[in-house]
Amino acid sequence: MSGNNPAHLMRTLSRIWAWLFLLALVIFFSLTGEGFFSLFNLQAIGANVAILLIMALGQTFVIISAGIDLSTGFVMGLASVAGAMAMTALPPGTPLPLIALTGLAVGLGVGLIPGLVNGLIIAKLKVPAFIVTLGMFGIARGAGFLLSGGMPLPVSIQGLGRIGNGYLFYYYPSQGLSFLNPPAGVTGVELRQVTGILPHPLTFAVILVLAAHWLLKHSRFGLHTYAIGGNQEAAIRAGIPVDRRTVALYMLSAGTAALAGVLYNMRFTNGAANSGEALLLDSIAAVVIGGASLFGGEGTIIGTVIGALIIAVIQNGLVILGINPFWQFVAVGVVIILAVLVDQAKEQVAS
Amino acid sequence: MAQEPLLQLKGVSKSFGAVQALYRVDFAAYRGEVMALVGDNGAGKSTLIKGVAGIYPFDEGEVYFDGQPVQIHNPREASALGIEVVYQDLALADNLDVVANMFLGREMIQKPWRLDEAAMERKALETLDSLAVTTIRSVRQPVAELSGGQRQSIAVAKAVMWNSKLVILDEPTAALGVAQTRQVLDLVRRLADNGLAVVLISHNLHDIFEVADRITVLRLGQNVKEFIAADTTHEEVVHAITAGALRHVPGMVKNG
Ligand SMILES: Nc1ncnc2c1ncn2[C@@H]1O[C@H](COP(=O)(O)OP(=O)(O)OP(=O)(O)O)[C@@H](O)[C@H]1O
Ligand SMILES: [Mg+2]
Repeated sequence: MSGNNPAHLMRTLSRIWAWLFLLALVIFFSLTGEGFFSLFNLQAIGANVAILLIMALGQTFVIISAGIDLSTGFVMGLASVAGAMAMTALPPGTPLPLIALTGLAVGLGVGLIPGLVNGLIIAKLKVPAFIVTLGMFGIARGAGFLLSGGMPLPVSIQGLGRIGNGYLFYYYPSQGLSFLNPPAGVTGVELRQVTGILPHPLTFAVILVLAAHWLLKHSRFGLHTYAIGGNQEAAIRAGIPVDRRTVALYMLSAGTAALAGVLYNMRFTNGAANSGEALLLDSIAAVVIGGASLFGGEGTIIGTVIGALIIAVIQNGLVILGINPFWQFVAVGVVIILAVLVDQAKEQVAS
Repeated sequence: MAQEPLLQLKGVSKSFGAVQALYRVDFAAYRGEVMALVGDNGAGKSTLIKGVAGIYPFDEGEVYFDGQPVQIHNPREASALGIEVVYQDLALADNLDVVANMFLGREMIQKPWRLDEAAMERKALETLDSLAVTTIRSVRQPVAELSGGQRQSIAVAKAVMWNSKLVILDEPTAALGVAQTRQVLDLVRRLADNGLAVVLISHNLHDIFEVADRITVLRLGQNVKEFIAADTTHEEVVHAITAGALRHVPGMVKNG
């Protein structure tokens, strides 16, 4: 084992470098950016990263299985358009929870269809995932724009925005903590002194992260995902239903993309076919920065969380420093390459 | 040793299109014994065991397991009988640890859906222990970190964990160095000493004479001889492999 020490060291390093990098970013922006390290701003980062992170959860599974899903951005858009259409079609006076659930059910239901098609074609017809999901990228994009008539669909429903922008708790110095709504009787300018705690998108994302982590780490499905990514032939010979798992994986990826689309509806009170366009590459970047290998077999949900946070902190920090936003692309690009270099160094030392 | 064989093949044949890979072969494997299967390249050894494993079912002939006539159509039916095969390309998932590999596809589950890691680890350790596989430091290390011999041991342990009665190994030492070959041969011997029937395919007669109780020689898809290892010599076996008498002249074998 002593001969394995450099490999071991490299493995450890590759596991924790993203944590260290995130920590360094937080320290750097805290020291240089006015208001970066505040409850308000840190929660804003959490709320803003939620959509990206949710989309990255399904992608993590797919990438661990040695696949890739390029369609998630426009599946999210399609789901958000479908969700918006369903919610606005409900008769006036429908209770808000029912409206929200309808949006969720329709968005998710519509979003799962491209995932099912992706999975079936990849599993049964053995077409590479890259090609199939690239095709679905175009199909979902076109479908989303055709359905919405090329324009964002506003969802002007009283109270819907509060689901996407509200907080689980509110704190007002003289009245203490209140649940879901600002304390009664606090109005006008006083509202500015109310502190929101735990934005809903963040809570939503945390719940999904925990569920995804459990699924990957402790379920048979998670283990089989690693096995398929590590050695598909071995998985087949071990009697794992690889085709069925593959279909489930692409449905999972489309499912989390659809959930991201529905959250977008609630947060921005509209549905847009291109709402996830910029998020596809960022979500794949989050997965890769988090230590997943594009060759499959490796990756964790915690890693993906760290990867998404790195991207979100860079974006937020550069805005606070007043740096031209185009630098965000450059910075995230540099981190992706850095992540792959760390991964390669690990492989080299290991062999 | 007048015991009844655990596995007995009578007159099995298999052809791939015009290639007659096996022609009316008889074969037997006995509990508590290592049966070596030898023959030149293309003699039909792998085809014979793939028939037993249900990968390429035989075209004709009879298969008896535990005295009962059986039909093995696919690998699952073979497993159900207690037949496990360790293929030369081991089919381990390098990124998974030893426990996960040993249980792959047959994981133990706790309560509704949770993998029962503790129970699997316990059973894996027990199995490795019972086979005296002691060189593996931790059953939680990825198999990528293991040596070739250790990986082979894991593949064998995986095969015997499922109450298997017959374990078939196709060239398990072909890619191994001296010390690791030693490890695996010891393991093969121990399987038989534990009462399993073992079939060992190998091109290395030295290894075979070390662990085998009997030796079946295949030549050009036919079996030419079965030896008791203790009663024969290298020379005799080599002669059978290269020039053993065929009951059917190849040119006279009907094709397809
Ligand atoms: N799937 C197949 N399709 C067609 N022909 C096959 C197939 N598998 C085996 N054969 C043929 O059957 C014959 C026996 O092959 P087999 O693999 O059983 O030999 P072997 O004794 O295992 O040889 P080796 O020592 O090289 O592994 C060969 O002529 C081979 O080409
Ligand atoms: Mg062979």
